[in-house]
Amino acid sequence: MREDWAQLMCAGLDGDTAAYHRLLSELAPVLRRVAQRMLARAGQGSGEIEDVVQETLLAIHLKRQTWDRSTPLMPWVWAITRHKALDVLRRQGRRAEVPLDALDSVLEEVAAPEPAEAGLAERDVARLTQSLSDRERAVVEAVYLSGASAREAGQRLAMSEGAVRVALHRALKRLAAAYGGAKP
Amino acid sequence: MKTDDLILALAADARPHGPSLVAGLIGAVIAGGLLAAVALLLTLGPRPDFAAALASPRFLFKFAVTASLVVTAARLALVLSRPGADHLRALRLLWLPAVLLVGAVVVELLSVPATGWQARLVGTNWAVCLVAVPGLSLAPLALALWALRRGAPAQAPVAGLVAGLLAGAIGAFFYAAHCPDDSPLFVAVWYTLAIGAVGALGAVLGARLLRW
Repeated sequence: MREDWAQLMCAGLDGDTAAYHRLLSELAPVLRRVAQRMLARAGQGSGEIEDVVQETLLAIHLKRQTWDRSTPLMPWVWAITRHKALDVLRRQGRRAEVPLDALDSVLEEVAAPEPAEAGLAERDVARLTQSLSDRERAVVEAVYLSGASAREAGQRLAMSEGAVRVALHRALKRLAAAYGGAKP
Repeated sequence: MKTDDLILALAADARPHGPSLVAGLIGAVIAGGLLAAVALLLTLGPRPDFAAALASPRFLFKFAVTASLVVTAARLALVLSRPGADHLRALRLLWLPAVLLVGAVVVELLSVPATGWQARLVGTNWAVCLVAVPGLSLAPLALALWALRRGAPAQAPVAGLVAGLLAGAIGAFFYAAHCPDDSPLFVAVWYTLAIGAVGALGAVLGARLLRW
């Protein structure tokens, strides 16, 4: 499975949305288990797990060009996960210390991902979409609610396909900023 | 938004926008170099004996050592911008300019009598150097930081520091064309101080701008 992921990422970087969707969907439950374990090690409850998962997915997406195709994908993913877990812990006012060995022991256990806890994945983070403009929210919702392609969403919103892509990209950057880290 | 929805939105945005991290930084270095060159020509200008000085190994050394720092700092900045990279190994990239500088200082100390050391170290123009090098580095620093915002450094201040060293080296490379002081002793003290100041500025700015 892991070998596949690098291939899926390459395909995604080349614009294959289906492959990219599959990669992120398969990564999410693994990230969730890793995040759960990392936060538990740091003495943090489960409330922030989905924050870590979503921020990590966003960071993987926004920073996907920092992955060097000639290197393995997963060390890159874990470094991002750890960075985002630290970020969340820091915002919780904890001493941000996630020991690396905690990560390593977690990684051994997640080789075969289990079905995720449904409740967590459904955790709503509506507060984040509040940071978007109406137009950006409309684009994000059109794309994800109906799984519409950029072209379909554009037709629905009377925007060009290019404008939808740009708005979507901006919205995702703003979302990442709303989580706390960087500026938009 | 639920995680599955977020994934749908991310997937729809699959194809990366704009230039790659590497292309962006290379562009920033080239554009920053051009801006620094123009700024030098419009302000201080090259030294009057520029053409004759090209025959002097000491004069050429200033370009060699600053250019080697530009290349190694740029490579280091790229490594530091990639999550999961081996940072300690990356830091070893800086050996080339360090060895060049130390080697040149040793050669200078051996070839010049001790009575001449102080005059060469203090030089004639150190105050201009300390102002001009950071001044010429400002545009390259802004461009380098902007390019590196595509990156994802584990330690934003460290990445900013390296961006500062990169920009400082670009500024110093072009200032060298004006600088009348060619001794490696002068370079080791004043160029290092000036580039270090730009590095410190880069660290402060990077701590804010390169967070992700």
